[in-house]
This record gives sequence, structure tokens and C-alpha cells, in this order.
Amino acid sequence: MTMTPDTTAKATGPSTGTPSGTEIRLDRVTKDYGLAAPAVDDISLTIEPGEFMTLLGPSGSGKTTTLNLIAGFETLTAGSIALNGTDVSDVPPHRRNLGMLFQNYALFPHLTVAQNVAYPLRERKVGKREIARKVAEVLELVQLTGRDDNHPSQLSGGQQQRVALARAIVFEPEALLLDEPLGALDRNLRSALQTEIRRIHREVGSTFVFVTHDQEEAMNLSDRIALFNNGRIEQVGTPQQLYAEPETLFTAKFLGDSNVFELGEAALDANVAWDGESWVIDPATVAAHPGVRASSAVVVRPEDVEVAGGRDDVPAGANAVRATVRDVEYMGSYRTLLLAMGERGLPGRTRVSPLQGEYAIGDDLVAWWRPQAQRIVAA
Amino acid sequence: MTTPSTPRRRYTKVDPIPWWLKAFGGLVVVFFILPTLFVIPMSFSDATTFQFPPQGFTWRLYENFFTNPIWLDSLGNSFLVATLTAVLATTVGTAAAVALSRLQGRVAQLVRTLLMVPIVAPAIVVAVAVYIAFLGWQLTGTVLGYVLAHTAIAVPYVLISVTGALGGFDPKLLRAAASLGSSPARAFVRVTMPLISRGILTGAIFAFIVSFDEVVLALFLRSPLFQTMPVQMYNSVTVEIDPTISAASSLMVVAVTIIFLLPQLLRGRVRRR
Repeated sequence: MTMTPDTTAKATGPSTGTPSGTEIRLDRVTKDYGLAAPAVDDISLTIEPGEFMTLLGPSGSGKTTTLNLIAGFETLTAGSIALNGTDVSDVPPHRRNLGMLFQNYALFPHLTVAQNVAYPLRERKVGKREIARKVAEVLELVQLTGRDDNHPSQLSGGQQQRVALARAIVFEPEALLLDEPLGALDRNLRSALQTEIRRIHREVGSTFVFVTHDQEEAMNLSDRIALFNNGRIEQVGTPQQLYAEPETLFTAKFLGDSNVFELGEAALDANVAWDGESWVIDPATVAAHPGVRASSAVVVRPEDVEVAGGRDDVPAGANAVRATVRDVEYMGSYRTLLLAMGERGLPGRTRVSPLQGEYAIGDDLVAWWRPQAQRIVAA
Repeated sequence: MTTPSTPRRRYTKVDPIPWWLKAFGGLVVVFFILPTLFVIPMSFSDATTFQFPPQGFTWRLYENFFTNPIWLDSLGNSFLVATLTAVLATTVGTAAAVALSRLQGRVAQLVRTLLMVPIVAPAIVVAVAVYIAFLGWQLTGTVLGYVLAHTAIAVPYVLISVTGALGGFDPKLLRAAASLGSSPARAFVRVTMPLISRGILTGAIFAFIVSFDEVVLALFLRSPLFQTMPVQMYNSVTVEIDPTISAASSLMVVAVTIIFLLPQLLRGRVRRR
């Protein structure tokens, strides 16, 4: 990791920063507090050097515990954690050389901004002039030049988190761990700091592990996302993969909105039946999901669902279901129709542009989509 | 914002305190402080026995005090014991407070209560128990004996003040320190200590004063060769009827007051910086 801004990395976007980061390998990691279920249950995950990996999941899913295990704040019940191939499972946190960002900033209130940033360097017995140089450099990187002598209490929340960020990267740690660092900030500041964090990740080229429960934040920042659920990893992949190719119902529901049609114990073939409808399954989908057969669901994103006035307006080869408009949400550039679909009136949604005309509550329509747009997921 | 009186205006918005409450408050202050202040004019009295109002003006009692080796030794002994007690009790009490702040549940509560026992137990009971134990260990009349006994009753004060200071301490800071490369011991020195220093200082001052004016334990532990100032004062009244005690008392009042005001003075200096 280098502190000097790397212009070539900046130009090529995330994940291609200076490839000098550290690989973090979690091998069958388990943390059991002796409660009903382990907090982290047999997780294996490899975070590539220089990668921006987000651990995403609802609260209690084990993502923060996993981060604390990487940091060394929690001890492993089973499994191992290795940094660049070196097992650090039994190394105490202060010798792991990992930077960390906390939700409440955790700045030392008795020290000034400069002293806070200098803290890790002083612990490493860096010379005075070198400390002064590095502190100035990193404060410039987080755009806080000139605030050296302020105390944390004199800064805004966003500024405090920048100081914490400067402090966490100034000693060029193996990787940076971020524990919901934007959770305490308001919406505008969050988005500004997201941009900043992405820029700094590009410039320092270090491995970032980011914990959040906010799926938009995860999609926005990450090279890859590991989606946590009940102490296990549900799916790992790029934001696009997780959104476009969810493997499980949980993934499909957690990332973005979905129309979910549970198929029950249907065997997947070229055709499936749902609520009296007969649908075509794209052969590629069947081939891609050989395991997903017994209990599965069809998932279609709202933007892939079209509406038509009647069956005759649905193109040949498309899957369709009858739907009633329950509500119309005005979203600015588009509208969302909340639908009741099929015999059972299952809740669904679709997006319509103003060009498609007006819809009113109670309108009877046909919702349709192309088989290629639907995903088969394990229910 | 331009006039310096702006901050004061805030107080005028508070309901005025009624005159009778002010008067009552004044009475309480007088009730508590007056007896202590009586002693100071008496220490300049010319009379050979205790009389009030004092007669004449003389430094004789102070001369007595500072020329009599019995008084001077006892003062030195008291300072020695109180200083060592303050050091030991502050160390033990701070360690206990930090440990208890991390523990939860019944055990921590039990230990906390046990550590408070010396405050609520009648002094004479503690003194007799300590006396019996120390006789067997041959600690009576020794500096170590005084320090250990006084530490036992001083620790709760340190525990209370440091626990109070730790209440405002964010334990996440220790994780931050660890992630930045501090071992637990380093994190304590560089993060915890500076942030709870006021509580530690207050505890140390309390420990010093608890020891400095402690008389019951000291009476039991005294030996002909080693006694503390409160014991010498007690002797001077019950055995010798020596008016030098007025000077001794005045000195103690002044010393203890100065020590108690120390944190305020230090705080004022820090704020001015």
C-alpha cells in the first residue's frame, strides 16, 4: 500500500488499485457464544489483495462478529484466519497491523487531530519528522489540512470520521476494516463519504473489508459482496452478480425488490405451473441450476415486469399472470404499480414509465416478462 | 455576543432563589464550617488552657509545635503513612475499578460490595479486627502496618471516584488503540489513564486525607516509637492538656483544605492553557 495518490489506479476504477494489498483468508471460521445458534457458522471466504469486500446482512447475521474475528477482538471457536498466508488466529489485535474504522469514530478525545493521527506512528516508534510528514500527507488525503490542533469535539461527525480514517490508514496497515462507519451520519454526508472512501480505496490500493446492513451502500462501494444470513454466507459475488443472479430467495429479497413466485415441490423442467399458469423456463436457467429442483421459486425484478391490458397483448413466449392494481407510487422518473397477482392475489410490483399511460387502483391487467429475465432460486 | 456579560444572562432566566432558602443555606454552611474556624484564632491565644474568646496574640503555640520533636515526628509520620497509603490505595483501587468495569453480573456486584465494607463497618470493629490480626503478624507500630490498615479503608474512596470517571469512558477506545498497535498495557497508559486522570487524582487525595486524619485504627496500631499526628493530638488532649493542639489543628485544617483544593487549582490551570 502506498500513500501517494496513484493516478493510473484512479483512472481505471475500483479493484484495479495498486495490487499491493493483503489477502485475507477465512477458513471454516466459527464463533459460538453458547447461545441457541453460533454467531458465525463455518464460514469460508477469501478476500483478494486490494479488494473492496463488503460483509452485508441484517443485524444479527454475523457480519460484525466476522469483522471482529478478523480484527482479533473476538477469539475463534473453530477455524482459522490467515493474512497473506500467515495464520493469525492466535495473534492479539495489536500485532495484526489492521486498521479499523468504527461507527462512533472512537477518536481519542484527549488528543488533537494531529495527535490522534500520529498515535499509531508513535506506537511504532516512527521518528518525529517522519510523523509530521505522514500526518500532513494523510490529512491532505482526507481533506482536513489545517485542522491539526482541533480536538475531536470541535469537529462535525463527518470530519471526525475522516480523522478516524486518516488515523486508520496512516500506518499503512495490511488491510482496513470498516464497521458501519457511515451509520451515524445523515444521508447527504453518507453519500459524500462513500465517494471519499471509494476514492481513498483506489488511491491507497489496500484491502478494505466493509460491514454494513445497507444494501445500497454495499452495491455502491463494493468490488464484491458477501451476503450474510443467520451466521452463514448466503452468496458471494459482485454487486451485479448478486442482483442479477441471486442463488437464494434471501439474496433476491435482500438486494432490491423482487416478485417472488414460490413453486413448491415442482420439478424444474422446460415448463412449470404456478397458480394455474403454465410458464416457460429458459433452458439455460434449468441447466445453470441443476441442484435447484425440489423447493424453488421464480424471481423477477420489478423493472423486468411489463403490464398489458389483456392476454392478447402479451408477446408469444412470454410468461404471464393476471394482476390487479392495488396502489400506484409516484417515484419521479417512473411509477411503481403495486399488484395483486394470480388467483391468490400475491403481492408484486412493476415499474411503468409515464409514456405507458395512466393506471388506476383496481385496474385488471396482465403482468408479463420474458423467461430470460426470471431467476430460479432455492426457496 | 459582543458583551462579556452574555453568559451571565443565562442565569437570570433561572427562577430566583427565595431569600429564606439562601438564609437557610448560609446557616448550614456556618454550622459546618464555624467549629473548624474557631480553632484558628485559638491557636494564636496567649492563654495556657483552652479559652474562648482567645486572649492576646502570640506565635507561641506554633513555636511549641515546630520545636517539639514529638509533634514534628508525628507530623512526619502522618505524611509518610498518608503518602504511602495514597500510592498503594490509588493503585489497588484503580486496578479494582478498571477490572470491575469490565465484569458484569453477580460476582462483580459481590466484589464491589465487599470492597465497600470498610466504609460502612464501624471503625472500632475494623480497628479491633486489624489489631488482633496485626499483633500476630507483628505489624503493629510499623509503617507497613499503618499503610496496610489505612489502605483497606482508603480503597473504597478510590474505587468510587475512579468508577465514576470510568462511567464516561468509551471502551471502544481500547479497541481503537489495539487496532492502532497498542498492547493492553500501553492502551491503559496512553488512553485510559489520561481520560480518567481526574478520578484517579480525586481518589488519591481522598486516600491521603482518609489516612492523614484517621485516628481509631492509629490508636490501636500506635507504639511508643511511632505514632501519627491525630494520635498525638488525642494524647495532647486526654493526657497532657497541651494547648499546642490548637496550632496542630489549625495546621491540619489548612493542609487538608489545600490538598482538597488542589484539583480545582490544577483544573483551572489546564483550562487556561
